[in-house]
Amino acid sequence: MILVLGRRLANVIPTLVAVIALVFLLFSVLPGSFISGMNEDGRTTIDPQVMERMRKEMGLDDPLPERFAKYLAHTVTGDLGKSFRTREPVTFLIGQRVWPSLKLVFAAMSFAIVIGVSLGFVAALKPGSLLDTAAMVGAISGLSLSQFWLGLMLMYLFALKLQWLPSFGYGDGGLTHLILPAVALGVGPMALLARTTRAAVLDVLNADFVRTARSKGMSERRVVTWHVLRNALVLVVTIVGLQFGSLMGAAVVVEKLFAWPGVGSLLVDSVFQRDMPAVQGCILMIVIFFLAINTLVDIAYVVIDPRIRYGR
Amino acid sequence: MKLPRLRGGTSLWIGGGLVALAMVVAIAAPLIAHTDPVLDANLMNAEIPPGFDFWFGTDAQGRDIYSRIVYGSRISLTVGVVSQVLNSLIGVTLGLSAGYWGGWWDDFVTGLTNLMLAIPSLIFALAIMAILGPGLSSLVVALGLTAWSYSCRVARAQVLSLKGQGYIQAARILGYGDLRIMFTQILPNILGPLIVIATLGMGGAILSEAALSFLGLGIRPPFPSWGSMLSEARDQITTAPWLSVFPGAAIFLTVLGLNLLGDGLRDILDPQSTTRRT
Amino acid sequence: MTQPLLKVPLLQVDDLHIALKGESATYNAVEKVSFEIGRGEAFGLVGESGCGKSITALSVMGLLKRPLSLGGGRIVLDGEEIQDASAAEWRRLRGKRIAMIFQEPMTALNPLSPVGRQIAEMFVLHEGCGWNEAMDRAEDALRQVQVPSPERRIRDFPHQLSGGMRQRVMIAIALACGPELLIADEPTTALDVTVQAEIIDLMAELCAAKGTAILMISHDLGLVANMCKRVAVMYAGRIVEQQEADAIFATPRHPYTQGLINSLPRLGERSRRGRQRLQEITGTVPSIASYPAGCRFNPRCAAMTEICREVSPEITPLPSNGLVRCHHHG
Repeated sequence: MILVLGRRLANVIPTLVAVIALVFLLFSVLPGSFISGMNEDGRTTIDPQVMERMRKEMGLDDPLPERFAKYLAHTVTGDLGKSFRTREPVTFLIGQRVWPSLKLVFAAMSFAIVIGVSLGFVAALKPGSLLDTAAMVGAISGLSLSQFWLGLMLMYLFALKLQWLPSFGYGDGGLTHLILPAVALGVGPMALLARTTRAAVLDVLNADFVRTARSKGMSERRVVTWHVLRNALVLVVTIVGLQFGSLMGAAVVVEKLFAWPGVGSLLVDSVFQRDMPAVQGCILMIVIFFLAINTLVDIAYVVIDPRIRYGR
Repeated sequence: MKLPRLRGGTSLWIGGGLVALAMVVAIAAPLIAHTDPVLDANLMNAEIPPGFDFWFGTDAQGRDIYSRIVYGSRISLTVGVVSQVLNSLIGVTLGLSAGYWGGWWDDFVTGLTNLMLAIPSLIFALAIMAILGPGLSSLVVALGLTAWSYSCRVARAQVLSLKGQGYIQAARILGYGDLRIMFTQILPNILGPLIVIATLGMGGAILSEAALSFLGLGIRPPFPSWGSMLSEARDQITTAPWLSVFPGAAIFLTVLGLNLLGDGLRDILDPQSTTRRT
Repeated sequence: MTQPLLKVPLLQVDDLHIALKGESATYNAVEKVSFEIGRGEAFGLVGESGCGKSITALSVMGLLKRPLSLGGGRIVLDGEEIQDASAAEWRRLRGKRIAMIFQEPMTALNPLSPVGRQIAEMFVLHEGCGWNEAMDRAEDALRQVQVPSPERRIRDFPHQLSGGMRQRVMIAIALACGPELLIADEPTTALDVTVQAEIIDLMAELCAAKGTAILMISHDLGLVANMCKRVAVMYAGRIVEQQEADAIFATPRHPYTQGLINSLPRLGERSRRGRQRLQEITGTVPSIASYPAGCRFNPRCAAMTEICREVSPEITPLPSNGLVRCHHHG
């Protein structure tokens, strides 16, 4: 089991290096990045001498492989450079934002899992019923909503009209400020989880071993709790892992909408200030986080599924 | 004992209807819009709620929201269609060639696909937009370069399963060139799943366009993209909520149509559901 | 009126109909099927795939699913009609009094659950055991089906066992609570030939020891005739012939049975009669929506005459204690 886990972890490292390389290349090779971009639209004009000094300081004139080697070395040791704007280390800037972001993302995902998975389950146990139809119509609608519009509407209804919840901001970090952005962010994955859970449960309910379970004289409830649940879970876990990706993309927009002090809003602000080290750092953080989640999902698999645990 | 299944069904027709409506609106925009979406600003008409003269109301500059939404459909659909054409071209080319030739090229493409899947696509698109700057063409490029992994995977998997089959080997023995086999023998067989992926992907692209424009990184005001309209509307949510309601509803209905259509098409074109995961 | 007190058979299936609900019409997937199984008796049901033998078995378990439903007839277990039993009553019957073994040992076991637990469930469900006691008894059950080192195997997952071992686990599950009837639906079809014989012997041995009756379902007439005392042959949803196993080989009465026997390769036959072609039955089983009028076998039958196309033959008793459904069984 440890061996399998070790192999999975070893697989992450090349992906990680590739991701770092990609982010590096994106910002170093394409036009319009870094210093050259700073005065492109005339909003930030820099004295050419200052620019020259900055280029030197950041080693932007060195050959590409050398720069990448440096960048990689710095990144691995946790040094993501200094922000152009505040001159503070990017790691420090991101560090301040990580906790709110994590809170939002996990709150949204928990909401999505709890509601989505149970909805999908109930729908699958009574296929064709009114509840099933309603849940699936709801699910495809949820998939078609843009999160920020939903957020805007929620904000209007619950914060401005009904005044039940604060409209934006982080507040003191309490639950009330978290609810609206988390719901806005969670509805999409919730809808997808409802659909995939339903499909997964229906699949499992038709499996031969479920017929075996019934032939043992088990009640339907026991068939579900003893045999269906875990098998359907294996399929659902994959989707949860994959959904984190789009969730984190959407989080950027939702954070911006609700003025949530997370990594996403830092990213957007930095883009507008053309603070490229910060942009690069934020993107790297997000990708690494996603990678970490997917590694966790892999580990969850190993725990749930004995076929993988014993290295098939 | 298998029974014939009702195919496509309601979702295909409702979805197809919504998509057709969006397309008609986009094509006939100059005919059905009441005013010019950008130029016809009139401060005398500022922030009028929806009513008989202005169906969806007007914004702070007195522009007719209905007309702006009508024209906005052009941007959404253009971004959706063009980015999906790009994605499909990239995905199919990489997937077909990787599956067909195998070897180091296959390893490389598989690695690249996994890398693409490791980066949340909206984040990737956002990075590209940050570098290229706002605008329709950068949007199309950003969204067209970042979501090809699904079609690539499906194409590759299908080629691998088709490659061993008799008629492909027969074509090879007959001396058909690799490219000819790929495009005349294999491509038609994987068209179904690819169309489903592209349809569903179009919905995703429209949502991404709206999100990026909302952030100010996509289409910039005054041009009427649904996302940029929402971006402007946010500040007036208390005084003029209709500014937010209608563009969002337009996005919702269009994407809903594409999702329903994709679901319906999948039942017809892709019965084994290789695309279920998208 | 003095009637001899007849021994009540263990299972009596009487005029069974199974309905298949299609989109526009409802068909009889199985009709007029009747047979009896005595206590401890092994009874065989033979036919090609799609003839309705498996769903007949499922109906005896009360496990027919959606497009299929019971269309009529009686299923009597030990003198008690069970065809209209409630869900709770079925639960007390299944596993406890009637158990079933399925064809695919690969998929019939839950891949995520250790096999010991899957056996132990039976004791928890039907005998009110706690899990610890149930696991101990599962180990014994594995020992009985001759799985080597059962104390370790109970913790194994299905994918760690071979097909034959898995089918042994299935047998252990089925026989765990000492059922009166074991239904075996093609229990060896998915296994290697060498393993097949072992599994059949094991089943026969255990059932004989416990006095369990067997309803053996297979497409393989040879296998069934070896194991069972009496055999019924099904074709297109109906029983066409039923005889003692020896008699059915010696004097098959229905042309379909004759065809089945002629298509079997026979050991020693070549040395006795020289090389001969195995005969096959021409044509294919008609689909359920297009059963022909009259005798359902008539399009494939060499002995077919006018009446076969018009009149459906009735079940006729044979002098030798059997039944046949044919106009020309002479």
